[in-house]
Amino acid sequence: MAQAVDTTSTNAEMPKTKPASPWTLAFRQLRRNKIAMSGLIVIIMMFLICFVGPFLSPYSLETMSGPSNKGPSASHWLGTDKLGRDILLRVMLAGRISLLVGLVAMMVSVAIGSTLGALAGYYRGWVDTIIMRFADIMLSIPALPLLIILGAVLSDIQVPPDQRIYLVMFLLGFMSWPGLARLVRGQILTLREQEFMQAAEVLGLRDKRKIFRHLIPNTIPIIIVVATLSVAGAILMESVLSYLGIGVVPPTPSWGNMISAANNLIDFKKRPWLWIPPGVCIFMTVIAINVIGDGLRDALDPKMKK
Amino acid sequence: MTEPLLEVNHLKKYFPIQGGIMQRTVGHVRAVDDITFTLNKGEALGLVGESGCGKSTTGRTILRLLEKTEGTVKFKGTDLHELSRKELRAMRPKMQLVFQDPYSSLNPRINVGTAIGEALVDHGLVSKHEIRDRVKEILSICGLAPYHIDRYPHEFSGGQRQRIGIARALIMNPEFIVADEPVSALDVSIQAQIINLLSDLQEQKNLTYLFISHDLSVVEHLCNRIGVMYLGSMVEMAPREELFARPLHPYTKALLSAIPVPDPTRKSERIVLQGDIPSPANPPSGCKFHTRCPFAKEICKQQVPKYEEMASNHFVACHFAGEF
Ligand SMILES: Nc1ncnc2c1ncn2[C@@H]1O[C@H](COP(=O)(O)OP(=O)(O)OP(=O)(O)O)[C@@H](O)[C@H]1O
Ligand code: SF4
Ligand SMILES: [Mg+2]
Repeated sequence: MAQAVDTTSTNAEMPKTKPASPWTLAFRQLRRNKIAMSGLIVIIMMFLICFVGPFLSPYSLETMSGPSNKGPSASHWLGTDKLGRDILLRVMLAGRISLLVGLVAMMVSVAIGSTLGALAGYYRGWVDTIIMRFADIMLSIPALPLLIILGAVLSDIQVPPDQRIYLVMFLLGFMSWPGLARLVRGQILTLREQEFMQAAEVLGLRDKRKIFRHLIPNTIPIIIVVATLSVAGAILMESVLSYLGIGVVPPTPSWGNMISAANNLIDFKKRPWLWIPPGVCIFMTVIAINVIGDGLRDALDPKMKK
Repeated sequence: MTEPLLEVNHLKKYFPIQGGIMQRTVGHVRAVDDITFTLNKGEALGLVGESGCGKSTTGRTILRLLEKTEGTVKFKGTDLHELSRKELRAMRPKMQLVFQDPYSSLNPRINVGTAIGEALVDHGLVSKHEIRDRVKEILSICGLAPYHIDRYPHEFSGGQRQRIGIARALIMNPEFIVADEPVSALDVSIQAQIINLLSDLQEQKNLTYLFISHDLSVVEHLCNRIGVMYLGSMVEMAPREELFARPLHPYTKALLSAIPVPDPTRKSERIVLQGDIPSPANPPSGCKFHTRCPFAKEICKQQVPKYEEMASNHFVACHFAGEF
């Protein structure tokens, strides 16, 4: 029998080692990257502070918790704003919104970008033409002016602030899918010619399975890298929009609109506690996410290294 | 007589060559150029020929991984190239392919259990609960261990990967398997194991093989019939013993003479072919082999020799078949 002749493959006594998937290997490499790991720690801290911190605060947003426009003190570590609200609490709650906007925008962008990119690369022909023309058009329109117009429209039709943040999330996500779609499409075009895709065809697998189980998982390294970086992009863009008063609008706090509230010379010069904390948060979060993204790129796809 | 399992009739596959700034079609690579043969159930047909002569293209066009240019391929009486995508998908399990390259033919991100079992589930032939048992069963039939099921392809050697590829084809319970040089990427010691496995499986399951190889000695052990290809055409096809004992085509003779003979009493005059293989985009006129044939005459340059049955079940395409 076949087993008898083969000594290399069947060795029942072989110890059972844990299967090392390509992911495990990549994760090990990421763990050795000190810069990326510090970025990860910063992000985890940021999430903890923003999502757990407010429960530990003695103050609440609705009520004035102290005298207005006071600098940092023992009772208000980061001071108070002109309505007498605690800045630390506001920064933490704004962080929830900003981080959430970044994450949801990223997920929207990944869902649209990877699916459309994969469909374009797999079916080619007119499907490809339509999707990629649309992506080209979106890429050629500068994002900021378009978002400013859309933001103004949102203000004009008077969307309530609490629903508005969802619209901002989806808008930001929708603006950033074409770049990812292009990358995914490019990879799928080469992947679909691989022999394992002929194997999938000869086995009679459904298109759905071929695309979502065989092709897209092979593009996940690139998707993860782009997705991570796009969280930073979305947070930054949200801050810009909110600073301009057309993203997340008060009373919902966000880092961008907190800075915007200090948008006059007196606040800027005399009351730095109003704008430094949200500014530092934006800066640290964006830098941390970017170094994680770079670390992931090195760990997942060595070929992408510059 | 019962109906043959596979009937290939005047099959042609031309690849367009694009050229110029307009990317117009400036010519064709005649990868498969008018091939006809039948295959009965339980047979193993070996397809041999030099690299680039169109063996893989023949196999893939038969399985309709490539669209034909002309001709018909009938599998159990159904013309595969006439089927809709849906009908073809339903036929897929019955005809499988084993690949040459055990590395690129396995998806690196899919573990062994899924790679082997997913198609049965996708076709709705086996439920998700039963599939692991089926995969384990097939793994041990193919000489692998059940605990390999959760591993990824990169954890296996070339020979083991080839067994995974065979298991993946076999679990579909196919009637017909195209094996496209399944051993040429492997070490010689492993080659014999894989060939033994394929031959055991054929016996147990009454499989029908189209076994592609550039090496006659590999085909010799497994196949009861052998076809020889040159530049996209079949030049000779005969039962194994007949082909080895009485080759009628000069090209077959040259191939046979290149096999090292262990028996020193058997005379072995090595026929060395002169010149390079012509391009299949621009094959020689008349008999495509005339540029390299040691026996070529004037007529060979002008007239295409007919592919005819010279002896029982022995087909050959040469003006002077067996005359030398
Ligand atoms: N997709 C393709 N597009 C254009 N030409 C092709 C394509 N596939 C194969 N060919 C050409 O068709 C001819 C036959 O190729 P094929 O792969 O069938 O040969 P083969 O006999 O299998 O060779 P090998 O032993 O190297 O595998 C070659 O000249 C090759 O260049
Ligand atoms: S037909 Fe002529 S050239 Fe062709 S194989 Fe026969 S003898 Fe040689
Ligand atoms: Mg080949």
